[in-house]
Amino acid sequence: MYTKKVMDHFANPRNMGEIENPSGVGTVGNAKCGDIMRMYLNIDDNGVIQDVKFKTFGCGAAVATSSIATELIKGKTVQDALKVTNKAVVDALDGLPPVKVHCSLLAEEAIHAALWDYAEKKGIVIEGLEKPKSDIHEEEKEPTY
Amino acid sequence: MEKKIYLDNAATTRTRPEVLEAMLPYFSDKYGNPSSVYEFASQNRKALDEARLTIANSIGAESAEIYFTGSGTEADNWALIATAEAYSSKGNHIITSKIEHHAVLHTCEYLKKRGYEITYIDVDENGIVKLDQLEKAIRPTTILISIMFANNEIGTIQPIREIGEIAKRHKILFHTDAVQAYCQVDINVDELGIDMLSASAHKLHGPKAIGFLYIKKGIKIRSFIHGGAQERGRRAGTENVPYAVGFGKAVEIAMATMKERTRKETELRDYLIKRVLAEVPYTRLNGHRTRRLPNNANFSFQFIEGESLLIMLDMNNICASSGSACTSGSLDPSHVLLAIGLPHEIAHGSLRLTLSEENTYEEIDYTVEKIKEIVDKLRKMSPLYEDFLANTIR
Repeated sequence: MYTKKVMDHFANPRNMGEIENPSGVGTVGNAKCGDIMRMYLNIDDNGVIQDVKFKTFGCGAAVATSSIATELIKGKTVQDALKVTNKAVVDALDGLPPVKVHCSLLAEEAIHAALWDYAEKKGIVIEGLEKPKSDIHEEEKEPTY
Repeated sequence: MEKKIYLDNAATTRTRPEVLEAMLPYFSDKYGNPSSVYEFASQNRKALDEARLTIANSIGAESAEIYFTGSGTEADNWALIATAEAYSSKGNHIITSKIEHHAVLHTCEYLKKRGYEITYIDVDENGIVKLDQLEKAIRPTTILISIMFANNEIGTIQPIREIGEIAKRHKILFHTDAVQAYCQVDINVDELGIDMLSASAHKLHGPKAIGFLYIKKGIKIRSFIHGGAQERGRRAGTENVPYAVGFGKAVEIAMATMKERTRKETELRDYLIKRVLAEVPYTRLNGHRTRRLPNNANFSFQFIEGESLLIMLDMNNICASSGSACTSGSLDPSHVLLAIGLPHEIAHGSLRLTLSEENTYEEIDYTVEKIKEIVDKLRKMSPLYEDFLANTIR
């Protein structure tokens, strides 16, 4: 059902854990639907993501998309991190079963939610970043896949 | 452990070697059509009759009341649809429960679209159908009550005798889906007031793709498949002799071993339940503690999701199943777990382990150790657990 990449990231998740006093933290999803993702970011003065950690309640795909998303944004600038779409997440995992594509949206939303929190704490506006929905399942957008 | 540990016997079971052996000649040498007149084919007629008699005896029925089908699901479809049609002049109301298998629930939805009215009875927190609600739901137009004998997910055994009495008192037909209960608990259709009963071979170490529907003599429901005179003209099509023979053999063994086998399974089940509840914190048992199938254990582990748990068990060669949304292909977790009142997030973290007499204490010990490790690992990854700990410490 899952690709080798998904299974690898599920069995050996990268950057799993918490960051104390993070620059930004965001939580998306809901327990009702069975997946919740939390992303922690440490961003330096140059706007580069120095560290990222995640925690996820969810299926194998939810864990794997969180894990790969942290790899995709670590070391990137805030602006570059914003460009990481759910499609990039799916591609990096060599694909997801159709019913699991929504997990990749959750990963994208988790990054955005953490960046939004960072921007609010810093009192800055990140160009192109919209306020994340509190519950992405309320109006789940069509995946770009 | 290198060896596979199979704990999903409610999904299907290993075909017994004796069953396979009994079936094989009917794929090769004994290929005659039971409807043919010559001597060569009559041995197939005889084999079919013997299998039917074995099955009839297992539920206190007569041979003429047993109709072979292609599956338990087909038997459920037949019982519901044909009854609905045959009794449409009497009424259009069917009573069932919220925790039935989809073979019944989706057939009810099909009938609803065709003008039938369906009442879905609630269950209590242990998964037992509310009898007072059931009796109150009966109307002059009620033509059928269909309640499963035992639930496939949580193993709860229903008060079938009481339901049979209610049905009889109100002169309503009573069908029961006994796919999980057949050969696991004593069933006598007359004593229990059952008019129709569905069962399947592959849940009791028989072959897949064969089941039967018991239809009490005198019940006039229509033929399900039209054609030749097979199955008394009610389910036409050349009989699947090898599978029927395999079914008969599986029933013969299951009935002969029932007492000792279910005693062994119950002991192992109780050992498993006791260990998991004692050693994994924030865990609950789903389904009734004692009125449950001898081989069923169903747990919910708080703060984790079932599919993740299943994949990690699979990595350790343990086969199990879950009622989480991710395994059902929708966003909603199991309708059974929701019906017993579990919140969504608890329902998502469910695990069903179903045993057979082939399982050992060693396998259960290994499985419990793995469950402990995996649940702990998944909780460390869970934001729900993190929040829970933060709130508890404060």
